[in-house]
Amino acid sequence: MEVMPLEPKIPTRMGDGSLVEMTRSEIKADLEAGTQLAAKKAKVPELTQEELDHLLDIYASAARFTAVDIGDEVVMSNDGTGTKHIGNRVQDLQSYETLLGIDMVELWQADYSYKAVKTNVAHEGQSMKIAQALLTNPVQYGAMPDLGRYSKPDGPIPNWSELLPMGKIAEARDAQVEACEMLVEDIDFVADAMIEAGADGIDMDTTGAAGDADFLAALTACRKLRDKYPWLGIEIGMAAEFVLGMHGQLEFDGERLAGMWPKDQLRMVQAAGASIYGPAVNINTGKSTAWNIARAITFIKPAAEIAEIPVHVNVGMGVGGVPTCLFPPADATSRASKAFVEILKIDGY
Amino acid sequence: MEGAHTQASGMGGMRAAGDLVARMQMTRRMRLKEAKEYVAGKLGCGTRDLSDPVAMELLRQEHGLGLLTMTSSTHPAEPGMMEAKFNISKLLDIPINCVERFKERARL
Repeated sequence: MEVMPLEPKIPTRMGDGSLVEMTRSEIKADLEAGTQLAAKKAKVPELTQEELDHLLDIYASAARFTAVDIGDEVVMSNDGTGTKHIGNRVQDLQSYETLLGIDMVELWQADYSYKAVKTNVAHEGQSMKIAQALLTNPVQYGAMPDLGRYSKPDGPIPNWSELLPMGKIAEARDAQVEACEMLVEDIDFVADAMIEAGADGIDMDTTGAAGDADFLAALTACRKLRDKYPWLGIEIGMAAEFVLGMHGQLEFDGERLAGMWPKDQLRMVQAAGASIYGPAVNINTGKSTAWNIARAITFIKPAAEIAEIPVHVNVGMGVGGVPTCLFPPADATSRASKAFVEILKIDGY
Repeated sequence: MEGAHTQASGMGGMRAAGDLVARMQMTRRMRLKEAKEYVAGKLGCGTRDLSDPVAMELLRQEHGLGLLTMTSSTHPAEPGMMEAKFNISKLLDIPINCVERFKERARL
């Protein structure tokens, strides 16, 4: 009896980080399915055959680690720098500068929200001042815009998530506009204090988490800061690949924000005056990392192609092809690193 | 995870010249290629050298851009953090916020 040789299995990762075995053909099929789905959803081109072949070479490998070629390295802007549990926060930043070789570190507090920071801004400023004295690296200050904090019961504004199911659409929209104005003031207030203490940059991280009003607040605050501080590093990192239309009609420079995918997000961030745009594509934990990376790169590619400012992709713990788990394995992390740098020619992450 | 990223594709921070390239991205909104070429031009080296800790140790020392202090490598007579940032600001021809504040508050 003739025995057909089986295609060898290659160890690879699922989106939740679990180690599975797939054949090269199965990985290839997942890459194709990932790019096809993203292209259909965002109405963007699929990855080319050459790009898919390159991704297959990166992902259909049993190597424990992979890396870019010498000379092709990119900048590491490490939002949420540190562990929060090694020494104090400034020592954490020093560890990342010295031991890990991070290029730009970020001071932040555990309650990662500009509204929360505002109540503690003098202490945060003092920590920034100390960090500036002890580090050579650029040090930025980061937090989330986090618009939801302004709605009841956490804030003073009627809760639009309660108003919407009641059919009170106009009231829900008014509430978001009011919250947006308060948030812009708070980002501006905190940024002024951090800049007074010596900050090199301000990071608005996980922008758009509460939808289009959240994104509008970050863009408006960014433009305000750029007018005041022409030299300031301003990074806007996104919460997801798609801006939810919680309001639905908000515009920036005459363009509707709801429903924007990375290319349009980038255009807005660039127009607002930011230094760095951070696209984010969330992981599907039930699919392979090959499927996830093809999907993520397909979403972000149109933005990377037209960008006039640096693009720092969010690549960590549940975004950008890195599995959703507490300790992302180096095999999956390094593959995502190499894929983004070599396919998208990104500027950092 | 950060360790895997820096080993896979990071410039190495101030072990090499990643901090300098980062400053050009932040302050002048330069994309990576332009930022690397700008820094390499100021240092008189190739862009590949910017991620090379051996080449950059010598260049950082020559220009007073700060060096990491490790177990067997201390530099008490070299510029420290704030001093190095004065030199970085001058070399790259960019304002560095804490340097400007330092000058203002020390009434220099």
